[in-house]
Amino acid sequence: MPEKIISYQPDFSQSPRVDQVGIIERASRFTKRSIKNETKMNGLLLALNMIDLTTLEGKDSEGKVKQMCYKAMHLHDAFEGLPTVAAVCVYPSMVKTAKLALGDSGVKVASVSTAFPSGQAPRDIKIRDTKFAVQQGADEIDMVISRGKFLEGEYNFVFDEIAAIKEACGNARLKVILETGELGTFDKVRKASDIAMHAGADFIKTSTGKISPAATMPVTLVMLEAIRDFYYKTGKMIGMKPAGGISKSKLALHYLVMLNETLGESWMNNQWFRFGASSLANDVLMQVMKAKTGVYQGKDYFAID
Amino acid sequence: MATVTIKKTAKKSAPQKNIAAPADRLEVLKTYKIYIGGKFPRTESGRYYTASNNKKEVLANVCLSSRKDFRDAVIAARTAFGDWGSRAAFNRSQILYRIAEMLESRKAQFVDELVKQDSTRVQAEKEVELSIDRLIYYAGWCDKFQQLFSAVNPVASSHFNFSVPEPTGVVSVIAPQNDSLLGLVSVIAPVIAGGNTCIVLAAYTKPLCAVTFAEVLNSSDVPGGVINILTGKVSELAPYFADHMDVNAMIFCEKDAAVKKLIREKGALNLKRVTVYDSINWLSEKGQSPYFIMDTQEVKTTWHPIENIGGSAPGY
Repeated sequence: MPEKIISYQPDFSQSPRVDQVGIIERASRFTKRSIKNETKMNGLLLALNMIDLTTLEGKDSEGKVKQMCYKAMHLHDAFEGLPTVAAVCVYPSMVKTAKLALGDSGVKVASVSTAFPSGQAPRDIKIRDTKFAVQQGADEIDMVISRGKFLEGEYNFVFDEIAAIKEACGNARLKVILETGELGTFDKVRKASDIAMHAGADFIKTSTGKISPAATMPVTLVMLEAIRDFYYKTGKMIGMKPAGGISKSKLALHYLVMLNETLGESWMNNQWFRFGASSLANDVLMQVMKAKTGVYQGKDYFAID
Repeated sequence: MATVTIKKTAKKSAPQKNIAAPADRLEVLKTYKIYIGGKFPRTESGRYYTASNNKKEVLANVCLSSRKDFRDAVIAARTAFGDWGSRAAFNRSQILYRIAEMLESRKAQFVDELVKQDSTRVQAEKEVELSIDRLIYYAGWCDKFQQLFSAVNPVASSHFNFSVPEPTGVVSVIAPQNDSLLGLVSVIAPVIAGGNTCIVLAAYTKPLCAVTFAEVLNSSDVPGGVINILTGKVSELAPYFADHMDVNAMIFCEKDAAVKKLIREKGALNLKRVTVYDSINWLSEKGQSPYFIMDTQEVKTTWHPIENIGGSAPGY
């Protein structure tokens, strides 16, 4: 889809400033909605279907990845008709294993790349990393931006790098991780979002999950507003993926409220919104089973991964 | 006029005494709140009931806990279980002893509250003293019941086979409704002595001591979440105490047959270990025993392969 990448590069120093107090206040309002009964159930099922089930650890093994892929396809067989998660998210070396394990289930394979999580590597290595993941069968690439360069003010470097990785992705969709926990201010998050979207990102993503704070509602709201403004300007939809620290279903519902009220219904599906999480799925499953059986659930009765 | 008064007090004695004269001062009443995860929240439901004694005197407005408070308490208890259950038994013993020390130092307050709740002063003093002694009793048992109830079992194969008690996990407890302090202590102490964590529903009509006991727990090295105390209605909360899937055992201390049946049925959902203490006189010697600890223990048996047991021949 290269024709969709717009040809001009705006002056990123002109990215809008963010009203910090306003954003925090606005984000906290989304947590006050009352969501009950069928609405809650539908929200929970939608949240399940938006999850990128993730394992990104040094100790990941083929066995662990296969097990997680099984979980991705069979979230909780005691409940019939549950959706699958959207994707599994793994390191490039595990893409092939995941791809084989998932078969034609429709669950996508996302691979982190570009020297995840630090991004501290030369560009040619990052490109090779990406190409390797795509060759192995990754449907989606989660890249990290060079936060060091960004903080030095080298916006062109960051822009060019994202564009180069986008090219290396081929048909795979590109998620750009801003690592908002290292950017420091909402203004910088907004600027990094603008750079990523203009450089060809299909998704922007908050965090690697390796840095605290990871995804928060205010920072996600800043990014959602950047997506909204970009859409008004160019007509191109960009996806959003908050990742890290979203482990409770109630919080996931708050994010869905925020998504709906900021970007609208077109974004309310896993084509345009994902949760990067590993423990969220089980919490949602416990809520779903509570709604079905009327009994509070315990984690002993749900697969770990 | 004013100057005259001041002169008068100055002559009499220290002026501070006059400031603190009882007639001038509004008494500060305690808010009786629930105890979850080492904190004292109000019930999330915002509901309360008024507890009163036989003389129809109002004792306090007390939280009418909801199922969500119970759910939150289970999460707190589950979180606390990992640490509490794996602590050295000796350390648990020290902490139980510490609870007794703290209770001793607030004896007068508990006696007053029991008197408000229709006990005579003599009865109240006896109950508080027995409660303290009971804690000491179970403090002693913490690192001793394991030896008593463990066994090395004779088996027909070449295995070293042994059984040891282990904590069951999270225990929900509906405390005795009459002995509001002694009953509470008598059911909690064996549960936590064995390494479990618990959620306790205090006596509905006599909740004062339970909340004050939570304050004692809070200042006696018991990690938050090991004991959670709710106040509220048995009939409302019993179903949730019995059917929550993350609760491993339940203790019920009343005679109500319908509730007993309900608890056994709902408890079967995840094979809870359900124990009923409906005819125990907590004031008597029979109110304390290491067997109470065993009611919330499960026995783990290990088969350890071994070439030869005994010097020359296999087996014992």
